[in-house]
Amino acid sequence: MSNLTLDKAPTVDTPSAGAPLRQPRLPRWTPLGLAALSAALGTGVGLLAGLESRIQWGLIAALLFVALNFVLTKAVEGTRQAKDRLATSLVWVCFLLAVVPLLSLLWETVNRGVTVLDGSFLTHSMNGVITIQPGGGAYHALIGTLQQIGLATAIAAPIGLLTAIYLVEYGTGRLAKAITFFVDVMTGIPSIVAGLFVLAFWIIYLDMGYSGFAGAMSLAILMMPIVVRSTEEMLKLVPNELREASLALGIPKWRTILKVVLPTSIGGITTGVMLAVARIAGETAPIMLLVFGAASINNNPFNGAQSSLPYYVYEQWKLGNEASYDRAWAAALLLIAFIMVLNLLARGIAAWKAPKSGR
Amino acid sequence: MAKRIDISGLSAYYGSHRAIDDISMSVEPRSVTAFIGPSGCGKSTFLRTLNRMHEVTPGGRVEGKVMLDNEDLYGSDVDPVSVRRTIGMVFQRPNPFPTMSVYENVAAGLKLNGTYKKAELDDVVEKSLRGANLWNEVKDRMNKPGSGLSGGQQQRLCIARAIAVEPQVLLMDEPCSALDPISTLAIEDLVGQLKSDYTIVIVTHNMQQAARVSDRTAFFNLAAVGQPGKLVEVDETERIFSNPSVQATEDYISGRFG
Ligand SMILES: Nc1ncnc2c1ncn2[C@@H]1O[C@H](COP(=O)(O)OP(=O)(O)OP(=O)(O)O)[C@@H](O)[C@H]1O
Ligand SMILES: [Mg+2]
Repeated sequence: MSNLTLDKAPTVDTPSAGAPLRQPRLPRWTPLGLAALSAALGTGVGLLAGLESRIQWGLIAALLFVALNFVLTKAVEGTRQAKDRLATSLVWVCFLLAVVPLLSLLWETVNRGVTVLDGSFLTHSMNGVITIQPGGGAYHALIGTLQQIGLATAIAAPIGLLTAIYLVEYGTGRLAKAITFFVDVMTGIPSIVAGLFVLAFWIIYLDMGYSGFAGAMSLAILMMPIVVRSTEEMLKLVPNELREASLALGIPKWRTILKVVLPTSIGGITTGVMLAVARIAGETAPIMLLVFGAASINNNPFNGAQSSLPYYVYEQWKLGNEASYDRAWAAALLLIAFIMVLNLLARGIAAWKAPKSGR
Repeated sequence: MAKRIDISGLSAYYGSHRAIDDISMSVEPRSVTAFIGPSGCGKSTFLRTLNRMHEVTPGGRVEGKVMLDNEDLYGSDVDPVSVRRTIGMVFQRPNPFPTMSVYENVAAGLKLNGTYKKAELDDVVEKSLRGANLWNEVKDRMNKPGSGLSGGQQQRLCIARAIAVEPQVLLMDEPCSALDPISTLAIEDLVGQLKSDYTIVIVTHNMQQAARVSDRTAFFNLAAVGQPGKLVEVDETERIFSNPSVQATEDYISGRFG
């Protein structure tokens, strides 16, 4: 056996004289200071020029911030740092631009929604309420939404899950390609088309009546591709080594999937399903076509018209008087809160079920 | 319980690419056989054909015979799942199940293959962990996640997991390549102990390791890049390292390769 000779460690170059290591730096609070300065300038310019809209003030301030940041950094720190600052400040400005409308929407909804959102709103329907007077509630719509979404999830989640498992773990040939293609197509189906499809098949052809279940079927059609897609992504994230480790222990493939692959990805899968639920919770079109809408409580989703929160918002808004506007905002707030709770739940489950490294 | 393996005329393919060509050799029971050879010559592929893991790879296909004592592993009525229970495997990178605790990792093979009584499982887990030289390090953290152990401990955990199902043969694909010298030594000692009960095949790039742990050594090579890998020779380790019958083996072992 030959003796190994270790190569000498490569000599480290001393930094060449051309690139000094120390350069003038702006103090750390510069961006904050500049932000305050440009906000002030934006307001000043807006006031002087007599611009009405605050949005214009904000845009002026944002542009000023980006420009000032760039110019100042270039003057003091040099071009490379200036480009870095430019990119950073652009990212910040875009972030604000994206968040401001969201926050203002939330603010508006909360502000207007809380006026009538109380215990009685949550526990009463619109049965017998004179619509131009205050009073009444969204209990029947809440029940409708919960039941319709529950049914839709009960249909779509298992089918979507199994489809994704087939695609990732078993599917190879033409069938898998075809399924992937159809899932892609389904993702693009407008909700009104899904509604019309169920209307034509269930209500017109099979001659069934309006019901929450009919609405749930169309919601399930909308939900399924989302579940398939997100589950597929999550299953693909599971390293192949884990599958092989399990198979090499003589564990059959189906058990490997059930006991190793699914538990590893369950957090992500749940999040995906919850997001799909949140996505369909706001659907109105299929509800109008298939559930029809109702003013009174109907606890049976399989028989007779129901309401749902998004439909209720639409219906109240259309009535066009102060009392019904208030109810519409309150129901909108309720819907947002409901979706938020779902999201938080999803995050909680994802964090709880995520593989623990615990090092 | 250890069994011998006789391989004859074995070729393995990835789709249309032939990775190993016409290999015939025997693996003796209750001994350690080392596979050495340059990267890409098909050692891992060959190892995976021995417990039918090769066919798990999409496009993976095998021709030829692998006899375990007197049964052909590739016979038409053989269930690959029971083959893999009989012939265990340890992978190059430690791969404990991330959702399971140390205990559950070791018990996984038994638990997922049927119902076992708790007391019985406890025994098997302790025995396997002791067998893998890991018991003292983890006995107080059995319920902590397996992925929280150090790399070397994880690899020994994977060995414990593999021997918990009491296979007849243990295949190890470069089990020490990600480990420090101390963990490597621990695993080499372990291989030395395990060979009294198991038939062991170990792939390694470390000549000294092959010389230290194995009784027999097989040298694989490939004529050129893109060509299938072939078995050059297989013999007693002492002979391979002192007086091999093929020049290429001597060149490879002495580092005068390529
Ligand atoms: N999943 C795969 N798909 C297609 N070809 C593969 C696959 N895995 C390996 N191969 C090819 O098969 C040949 C043998 O690979 P193999 O992994 O068995 O080599 P090896 O001897 O184990 O190498 P190393 O020492 O680097 O681990 C190589 O040419 C490789 O490119
Ligand atoms: Mg390899």
